[in-house]
Amino acid sequence: MNLSRKWLNEFVQIDIDDKDFAEAMTLSGSKVEGTADLGAEISNVVAGRIQSMERHPDSDHMWVCRLDVGKETPIQIVTGAWNIHPGDLVPVALHNSTLPGGKKIEKGMLRGVLSDGMMCGLAELGLDERDFPYAAITPAAILNDYHPIDPAKPSIPANIQPGHKIFGPVVAARVINVGDAGEDGWSCGIDIGGSLQSFFTPCQNVHEGDLVAYNTKTGAICTLADLHAEQKEFPHCIPDGIFVLQEDCKPGDDIKPVIGLDDHVVEFEITPNRPDCLSVIGLAREASATFDKPLTLHTPEVKGGADGVLTDLLDVETLDADLVPRYTARMVRNVKIAPSPKWMRERLRAMGVRPINNIVDITNYVMLEYGQPMHAFDYRYVNGGKIIVRRAAEGEALTTLDGKEHRLNANHLVIADEGRAVGLAGIMGGLNSEIVADTADVVFESACFDGTCIRKGALALGMRTEASAKFEKGLDPMNTLPAVNRACELVELLGAGEVVDGVIDILNFVPQPTVLPLEPDKINALLGTRVPQEEMVSILTKLGFGVEGDQVSVPSWRGDVRRMADLAEEVARLHGYNNIPSTLMRGQTTQGGYSPVQKLENKLGALCRTCGYSEIITYSFISPSAYDKILWDKNDSNRSSFKILNPLGEDTSIMRTTTMPSMLEVLGRNYNNNRNRTVRLYELGRIYLPGGMDGLAMEAQILTLGAYGGMDFFTLKGAIEAILKGIRAQNVHFEPCTEDPSYHPGRCAYVYSGDNIVGVFGQVHPLAAKNFGVDGELYAAELSFDALLLAQGADPEYAPLPKYPPITRDIAVVCAEDVSVGALEAAIRKGAKGLLKEVALFDIYRGKNLGEGKKSVAFNLVLRADDRSLTGEEADEDVKSILETLEKDCGAVLR
Amino acid sequence: MKEQLAKIRADALSAFENVKDAAALDELRVRYLGKKGELTAVLKQMGRLSAEERPAMGALANEVRAALENALDSASQKIEQAALELKLKAETVDVTIPGRQVQMGCRHPMNTALDEFKEIFIGMGFTVLDGPEIELAELNFDRLNAEEGHPSRDWSDTFYFDTDERVMLRSQTSPMQVRAMDSMELPIRMIAPGRVYRKDEVDATHSPMFHQVEGMVIDRGVTMADLKGTLTTVAQKIYGSNTKTRFRPHHFPFTEPSCEMDVQCHKCDGAGCATCKGEGWIELLGAGMIHPRVLEMAGIDPEEWSGWAFGFGLDRLAMLRYKIDDLRLIFENDVRFLEQF
Repeated sequence: MNLSRKWLNEFVQIDIDDKDFAEAMTLSGSKVEGTADLGAEISNVVAGRIQSMERHPDSDHMWVCRLDVGKETPIQIVTGAWNIHPGDLVPVALHNSTLPGGKKIEKGMLRGVLSDGMMCGLAELGLDERDFPYAAITPAAILNDYHPIDPAKPSIPANIQPGHKIFGPVVAARVINVGDAGEDGWSCGIDIGGSLQSFFTPCQNVHEGDLVAYNTKTGAICTLADLHAEQKEFPHCIPDGIFVLQEDCKPGDDIKPVIGLDDHVVEFEITPNRPDCLSVIGLAREASATFDKPLTLHTPEVKGGADGVLTDLLDVETLDADLVPRYTARMVRNVKIAPSPKWMRERLRAMGVRPINNIVDITNYVMLEYGQPMHAFDYRYVNGGKIIVRRAAEGEALTTLDGKEHRLNANHLVIADEGRAVGLAGIMGGLNSEIVADTADVVFESACFDGTCIRKGALALGMRTEASAKFEKGLDPMNTLPAVNRACELVELLGAGEVVDGVIDILNFVPQPTVLPLEPDKINALLGTRVPQEEMVSILTKLGFGVEGDQVSVPSWRGDVRRMADLAEEVARLHGYNNIPSTLMRGQTTQGGYSPVQKLENKLGALCRTCGYSEIITYSFISPSAYDKILWDKNDSNRSSFKILNPLGEDTSIMRTTTMPSMLEVLGRNYNNNRNRTVRLYELGRIYLPGGMDGLAMEAQILTLGAYGGMDFFTLKGAIEAILKGIRAQNVHFEPCTEDPSYHPGRCAYVYSGDNIVGVFGQVHPLAAKNFGVDGELYAAELSFDALLLAQGADPEYAPLPKYPPITRDIAVVCAEDVSVGALEAAIRKGAKGLLKEVALFDIYRGKNLGEGKKSVAFNLVLRADDRSLTGEEADEDVKSILETLEKDCGAVLR
Repeated sequence: MKEQLAKIRADALSAFENVKDAAALDELRVRYLGKKGELTAVLKQMGRLSAEERPAMGALANEVRAALENALDSASQKIEQAALELKLKAETVDVTIPGRQVQMGCRHPMNTALDEFKEIFIGMGFTVLDGPEIELAELNFDRLNAEEGHPSRDWSDTFYFDTDERVMLRSQTSPMQVRAMDSMELPIRMIAPGRVYRKDEVDATHSPMFHQVEGMVIDRGVTMADLKGTLTTVAQKIYGSNTKTRFRPHHFPFTEPSCEMDVQCHKCDGAGCATCKGEGWIELLGAGMIHPRVLEMAGIDPEEWSGWAFGFGLDRLAMLRYKIDDLRLIFENDVRFLEQF
C-alpha cells in the first residue's frame, strides 16, 4: 500500500521527515517497507518561457530558442523538437541539472551553437500523456521534412510550390503566420499559391515558413494519416516533443511542485488483519494515533438533483445474500467523460495508479481514500435497469475489462442484468459495460462481498486485482455508503455529471457493533505492564473505539478485534512494544534437555564426522523416476509413496521412501564438480512410509553414508564398524547381500547387531551410479535409525586391566575359496576353550602352490588367563582345539 | 715413582681431553685405568717402597686415579653429547612440508546454527520436540486459528496429499505447538525445529523445503514482558551481550498480541549497511502471546494459563550468520561449500 504524504496531510498534519515517520509508523504497527521522494532525481529544472525561436543556421530540423528562466538574462537552448512556439511555458533543465534515470544535463555545443540546457518532454520528467493529457501532441506532416522512401521516385516533388496539387483536394501551402489560440490550438495563416486562408489547427509543430499539405475540402492541415504516408517519410512528424505547460506558474519556478513531483510516498506492508489500513483514511487514523495529532475527516455532501427517480431507473437484487452483506449504488446522469483535474491525477499517480478518465479516476480515488473498491458501469448496458448479484451459471462466459474471456462456474459471483453478466463481482468489471467516451449514465457500485468467495474466485481465474485483494480480507460493510457518496460528491466537484437523488442500499446483515469489557488489570497481566486505565482509554479512543465506563465498542472497520487479547494488542502497540519491560521467566522450572533419541542423533552425527563424513541436507521429495534410477523393480512395494497432488514439478512430487536417490544425486553432482576429491557424506534424514496414524506417514530416520575417491568396500565397512562400536552395539556381524538392486551384488552386505538388521551397505550398482552421471565407483550405506537405537549398547563398565601376560600364536589355514573369513573366525571362537581374547585376520594368500580354488588365511590369536600366567602347553591345547574346529566346521587345515 | 704418577696423570688427562670417539676413549681407559694399564703397573711397584713413603704415595696414586676417572666420565659425556647432536641434526625435517591429512567431517552450517539455539534453550529448561512433516491440516491450520478460507491454505501455497485438504506437508513448525499442548503436562517449555514446506519456486532466497524453529512457553502468569526478556537474552547469547533488540507489532493468526523481533545490525551497530539493507535492524523472528482461542481449542483455560510462542526461519538465520548469499547452496551440498564449516 502506497501512501502520498500530501494526501495524508489532508486528514492529519504530520510534518516530520520520511525516516522518522516510517520508524514511528512501523513501531506502532504499520510496517513501512520504504519511502520515496517522487522528485528525488529531478534537480535544477525550472519553468521557462520561450521568447523567440530561430532556425538553426547549420541544421534542417533544429531550432535555436531564447528562454526566460527567471534570471536577469535569457538563456539559449538548441532543440530538435518542433511542437513549441514563442510564448510557450516549458520545463527547462538548466546547466548542471539532473533528471530521472540518473541523467545529467550540462551546457554544450549543438552543431556549433551554444545550448545552455535542455527543454524537457514528458518522458524526460518520468511522466506520460496519462499524467498530462493536454500535453498530447498531434503532429502535422511538414513538407520540408519529406524524405521519399525511394529518392528516385518521390511522391511529392522536391520543388513543390504553394498551390501545387498533391492529390485530390490536397495542395501545398506555405505557413505565413501562427498564433496561439488557447485550448483550440493555433490560428494559422497560409498561402496557397496566391490565395490566403486562415483557420485553426491542433497541430503544434507548424511554424511560419513551413510548407504543409492543406486539404481544401476539410480546411485542415494534413497529418501523416491524411497523406497515407509512413513515419519514415516524415521523420520529424512524431507525437513527441517538449512538454508545453498549461499550469499556473512563472519562469524560474521549480518544476517539481508545478508537475506534482514534490510529494513523498511511503510504502506500507499491511498485515491481512488490517484491511482498513489499505486506505488513506485508515492510515491517517493510525498516523493520528501514533503522533497524537488530530484526525480531520470529511463527510461527503452530494447536491443531487438530476432528472429521474432512482428507484424507477434502477433495481438491485442480491440472490445470494450470504455472499453480499451489502450492496450500495448511486447513479450519475449526463456524464461528460474527460480527463480528471491535475490534483486528482497527481494523487493517483503518487499512489501508483495511472489516471484514465474522470469517472474511472473517481472510482480509483475513492478506493484509495476509503479503502472501498468501487465499480462504475455504463447504465445503458444494464438491460431492464435491473442489477442482479448472483452466482455464475456453469460455463457462463464473461469478458472482463482487461479483454480476457472467462468461463465461469457457481463459485464465481457476478453482477448481471436480466440477461447476462456485466461484471465479476469484486474482481473486475465486464468489457460489455465499460465506461467509454460517449457514456451518458453511470452506475456507481459500492458493495461488500464475502472475502473467501472473492478470493477463491480470483484465484481460480488467476486474476488477483486491487479490488479482490481488498475484498478477500473482509471489508467493513459500513464503508459502502460514505464511499459511494464521496464518489458522487467528486462527480459534482469535477463537473463530470449530475447525480440522481437517493441511494440503493441493500443490507443483508444486521449491523451489530462488538462491545467488549475494558479490563485494565487483565491487559496489564498479559502484557507484564502497568499501563494506567486512562492511557488505555486514550489509546482506544484515538483509534476510533468508543469507550463508555468499562465498555468498549469496537468500530465497524475493526473486525479483527474480538476479545481482551485484541484490545491488549491495541494498547501495547501504541503504548509502545519497546516500552514494555523485559523480564526473565518465572514460575515452575522445567526439565529441559535432549531425549535419548536426540542424544543418539547427536552421537551418530559426531561419529560420522569423526570418520571423515560431512553432513548434507537433501529434499524430502523426489521424482517418481528416482526409483527407476536406483534400479528398483517396477512392482517393488517400496515404491508406494505419499504423492503430492499439487507439486512444484515432477522432480519434487513424491515423498521419498528411500534416501538413496537423494544421496546419489548429491554424490553425482559432486562427482561432476569435484571428481578428484575424496568425498565422504552423511545425512540423518527421514523417509516417509505409508501406513501411519490418522492417515499420516510413518516417518523413519535413515542414516545414509555416501562416498567416492580412495574408497573400497572395506574402507566403508571400517566406518560402519567404527560407528557401531561408537554406540557400543553388541554382536555386530555381516552377511552378504545379493538381492538389493541398488548395490553391486558381490560387494554389498547386511550389517547385523545380534539378530536385527541394522542396514545395508556396499558399492553402488554401476548402472545406478551411471544413472546419476558417475562412471566411477560410488559407495553407500543405509542404516535404520530405529535399529541403531535398538542396537545401542549399555553404558560401559570397567573391566580390570590384565595382570598376566598373554601368549600370542599365529596360525595360517588353507581352505576352499568360498569359505568366508567370518566363518573361519566363528570357528576359531567356537573352538577356543576360554583363553582366546582376540582374533585378528592378518593375511589372505592365494597361490598355485595351494591349488585351484584354495586360499590361505592367517590369523593372530591372543590367549590369556585372568588369574595366572599361561604356560605354553595350555595355549597349545587351545590352539589345537581351534584347529580341530576349523577343520571340522570349515574344512580348513593348518598350512 | 712420584714422577711416574705425575706423567701418567698429565698424559692421560691430555689424551682424554682430545679423544674423538667412544672407541678411542675405551682404548685410553684400558691403557691408563685397565688391569694391565699404566696406573696399575705403577701401583704394583708400591711394594718396593718404604713404610714411610707408602701412605703418601698411596694417597697420591688414589688421587691420580680419581682424577683420571673424572676425566674419563666427562670425556665420555662429551662424546655422547656430540653423537646425540649429530643424530638430531641428521633427523631435521622441513617443517613447511604439509602435514599428513586427517579427513575431518563437517557439520552442515544450518545444523551448527541449530545446535547453538538448542543449547541456549535447553539451558533455559526447554525440551526439544520432533514431529511429523506430513501433517493434518487441522493441526497446521484450524487449531492455529487459521480457519477455512485463510489464504495460506490455498493450493497455490501449500502441498496437499488429498483433495479433501486433510493431509498436507506442514507449512510451518507451529503445529508442534498444538501437539505439545495435546501431549505434554503443563507448564510447557519447548522448542521444535524441523523441515517445513511451501510452494515456492527455488531461487536465491526461496525453496519449497526449508527449516523453522518453533518455541513455546505455557505457564501461569506468563507475560509479554517475559517474551521480550527471554528472546532478548537469546539474541544476546547469539550475537553478544551488547546486542539490542526491538519489537514491532505484527500479525499471526495464532498469537495476540503478535510481534516481530529485530536485532540491531551487528555489522554497523544500527547505522545501516549492506547486511541490514540500510535499515540498521535485522528481522530475526516472529512471536506473540498465544491466542486465547488456540489455548481454548487445546482445552487449556486462558483465564488460568497464558503463554508465548515464537518461530523463525533457520536457513535465513544460518545464511546471515555465515554470510551465505544463496539459499540453494544449503541444499546443493557441494563439498567445497560443506568443508568451509
